[in-house]
Amino acid sequence: MHKKIAVALAAIALLVLPARAEGPDAADWRAVLEDAKGETVYFHAWGGEPRINAYIEWASDMIAAKYGVRLEHVKLDDTAHAVSRIVAEKAAGKDHGGRVDLVWINGENFAALKNADLLYSPGWAEKLPNWKYVDVEGKPAVVTDFTVPTEGLESPWGMAKLVFVHDSARLAHPPKTLDGLYDYLLEHPGRFAYPQPPNFHGSTFLKQVLASVIVDPAKLQRPVDEATFGQDVAPLFAYLDKLHPKLWREGRAFPQSAADLRRLLADGEIDISFTFNPSGTSAAIEAGELPDTVRTFVLDGGTIGNAHFLAIPYNANAKAGALVAANFLLSPEAQAKKQDPHNWGDPTVLDVNKLSDDERAIFDEIDLGVATLPPEDLGPVIPEPHASWMTRIEEEWIARYAAQ
Amino acid sequence: MLRFAPALTIAILIGPVAAGIIGTLLPAFGYLPALGGDDFGLEPFHALFSTPGIATSIRLSIVNGLGAAAGAFLIVIAFTAAFEGTRTFTQIHRLLSPLLSVPHAAAAFGLAFLIAPSGFVLRLLSPWATGLDRPPDVLILNDPGGIAMTAGLIAKEAPFLFLMMLAALPQSQSRESRQLATTLGYRRATGWLLTVLPRVYPQIRLPVFAVIAYSISVVDVAMILGPTTPAPLAVRLTQWMSDPDLTLRFQASAGALLQLGLAVAAIALWIAGERFAALLGRRWIEAGTRSIGDGLIATIGASAMALIVTGMILGGVAIGLWSFAGFWPFPDALPQTLSAANWTANLPRAADTIAITAGLGLAAAFVAVALALACLENETRRNLAIEHRRLALLYLPLLVPQIAFLFGLQILFLLVGLDASVYGVAGAHLVFVLPYVFLALSDPWRALDPRYGRIATAIGARPARVFWRVRFPLALRAVATAGALGFAVSVAQYLPTVLIGAGRVETVTTEAVALASGGDRRLIAIYACLQMLLPFAGFLLAGAITGFAFRNRHALRTAS
Repeated sequence: MHKKIAVALAAIALLVLPARAEGPDAADWRAVLEDAKGETVYFHAWGGEPRINAYIEWASDMIAAKYGVRLEHVKLDDTAHAVSRIVAEKAAGKDHGGRVDLVWINGENFAALKNADLLYSPGWAEKLPNWKYVDVEGKPAVVTDFTVPTEGLESPWGMAKLVFVHDSARLAHPPKTLDGLYDYLLEHPGRFAYPQPPNFHGSTFLKQVLASVIVDPAKLQRPVDEATFGQDVAPLFAYLDKLHPKLWREGRAFPQSAADLRRLLADGEIDISFTFNPSGTSAAIEAGELPDTVRTFVLDGGTIGNAHFLAIPYNANAKAGALVAANFLLSPEAQAKKQDPHNWGDPTVLDVNKLSDDERAIFDEIDLGVATLPPEDLGPVIPEPHASWMTRIEEEWIARYAAQ
Repeated sequence: MLRFAPALTIAILIGPVAAGIIGTLLPAFGYLPALGGDDFGLEPFHALFSTPGIATSIRLSIVNGLGAAAGAFLIVIAFTAAFEGTRTFTQIHRLLSPLLSVPHAAAAFGLAFLIAPSGFVLRLLSPWATGLDRPPDVLILNDPGGIAMTAGLIAKEAPFLFLMMLAALPQSQSRESRQLATTLGYRRATGWLLTVLPRVYPQIRLPVFAVIAYSISVVDVAMILGPTTPAPLAVRLTQWMSDPDLTLRFQASAGALLQLGLAVAAIALWIAGERFAALLGRRWIEAGTRSIGDGLIATIGASAMALIVTGMILGGVAIGLWSFAGFWPFPDALPQTLSAANWTANLPRAADTIAITAGLGLAAAFVAVALALACLENETRRNLAIEHRRLALLYLPLLVPQIAFLFGLQILFLLVGLDASVYGVAGAHLVFVLPYVFLALSDPWRALDPRYGRIATAIGARPARVFWRVRFPLALRAVATAGALGFAVSVAQYLPTVLIGAGRVETVTTEAVALASGGDRRLIAIYACLQMLLPFAGFLLAGAITGFAFRNRHALRTAS
């Protein structure tokens, strides 16, 4: 019995051909709209934030009404599950009719799928009708995902930038440098924490520190050079070695996610936290998750920023529908709705100056909320390092601090 | 027809598990062509054992897993020994039964809401008793030694073993034995340990093994309460399995085999402990000691049970409060505002999810009970001895860490086109529900007095009539309990639902875990409530069925 199954599995594995399915061409948009009608698009997206889920629900209704396409939100707790599924489908030789039609993605997940050739190609994102509004010049991250060129294999959806959060009722003037943070913790031990790497937000904090302390920041835009890696990251770990005994729980336990971190701030366990969504804090105040005395700030010298995207797997079942959905989510209407902290508060990828006056007016009218910094105060953007840096410093971090 | 039941049952279990295990074995030795693994080798094991902190992860799994199982077992034994047949026993039974239905994740959330430095207990005591106006910076949850996790597991496994004990006691002539021991001058607990335990233990032995295997490979509780620097092995496997770096799957598969080895080793250790305990017990019996620390046993049993019951109830209260809470800063004992807004906003959205969860659970529990009964009845009619080797196969899904064979299972379901459908998910649930149902049913069934059946046959009843009119009614309590347990197991399934359902089949558990990563405590609380209420309803229904059927059968009603 075992043997038979093994033989069957092996045979199946051999059948996995590098087949490239024919699909709709975004350049011929009329045909895409025609194809898409009646399709159901399974949109795999992190489902941990009710505000985002509600936004996606709104988008589904709009897309159904406008284009006759059904958008079903498949709520993930980790985008890696969607990646796993696409790999499993490839392993089973399912090169057509895959279960994932559209996936919310960036960084290492994108790099993994791109490297394994599991994305719908050739590039389609730059052929979308709404691509013309995208702010490629002002926001280079929309075409470079963690230094990996997107080549149109994913369409930008929103922007992220690291901002720090403090409760002004307890801490009026937060420290604006990493050294200042350390000094603050000397006096108030335990009042800062960061999520445990390889959690995305925790790793982002590490990258923020690395970008500030590395001797030659230009190195971060290239893949890790193993020969000098130890030397390159020495200042990072020197800082962490110093910081950890003063952290929340003396660095013996870590929050597991950004949401965990927000909870610690709400409970008064810590005084300073951070988030990747500049308007997220205002939205959280609105929802009663944080007191209304909470405010945001950025570090002197800038903070890490990036973009997040929508991609279509190579074996997606409803490619035309997925293109229509991606295009709608890139539209000024959808992007403006998304930027409003009442709905989500996710910054747009568009250049508002490219829009018509009416469309620009919608963006101008958005009330960014009491705890959101205006764009001019967000400070410079430090681009994401090459994905290999994240992988390597995560490994190094785990070996040092999570493997006693 | 009936004679095919065992084969069918085995096929339902073996097919998926075998495919899953092959899907694990091959990559563990480096073979998974879809990911570029074309050669067999030991490289994944090298990678596994050179992972930083792996020794600590293994130790955490073994020590905390065995510790939790032993803790839960000893508490149940001590309590039952000291209190069986008393009012306290009946009261604890009443209090614990509903707690059984609480899925592990919900129980862990409850405990976390309770004992965290910003949790309910300190909120109740602050600032008037503690002087705190901010949560203290003390390490309680996620401690590197895993104490919080072990406590959480004990709190959850003790009620399970207690239920198994209750289902087994009626077949152990415990009342008669206790009375006899008492007349010979043995103290209550000592008499129980020396006369009833040897007879009741074989019946709850498999549940104990399942608890050991579960505690060693638990993922959800460990993620909520357990250490993270590093985490126990099972949690790390799960992380590797879903890591975007796909090459980690080889290492994860190797780790899954190691996890299986750990489960086997732990059970072997336990069996060695059994031998030792039996030896000790025989010595005591021979020595004729009338009391072995009777008072101590009673104190430990009672206080541990009381702590578990209070903790679980307070945890439930904390979850309930959070589900109605507005803004709730520390150290307020109660939320600043209470409203049903969280519920009214989320319940309509959850209605479909609840219906799907209940449907899946009912289907899986019904099929599992039917199959288990058919197998057992076949065994009884054909007078078969219990085949232990085949039994081991039945429990395979409980002994192999879920994450290890689900990837293989996912591929199998893809091949037969059952993935992403409720039928596929129900089938996957059945793989996990069936062993538990069998576990809960087989020992009480086999312990039924065969003479009733023989008498019925002797007075001319056909086999079917003997089953429906004699054996089935006698076993009804165990059948109903097994069904409710199966339903609860189905409701609690997370990984099989997500992987086989392609994320499209949403249950209250997948929603709860998805939300847990987003962290709004009020939403977590709502889904934790739903997670608790559904299985609770199942047990209520089981109780109602038994109560109705036995409404004029006094002896059966009081059997437990």
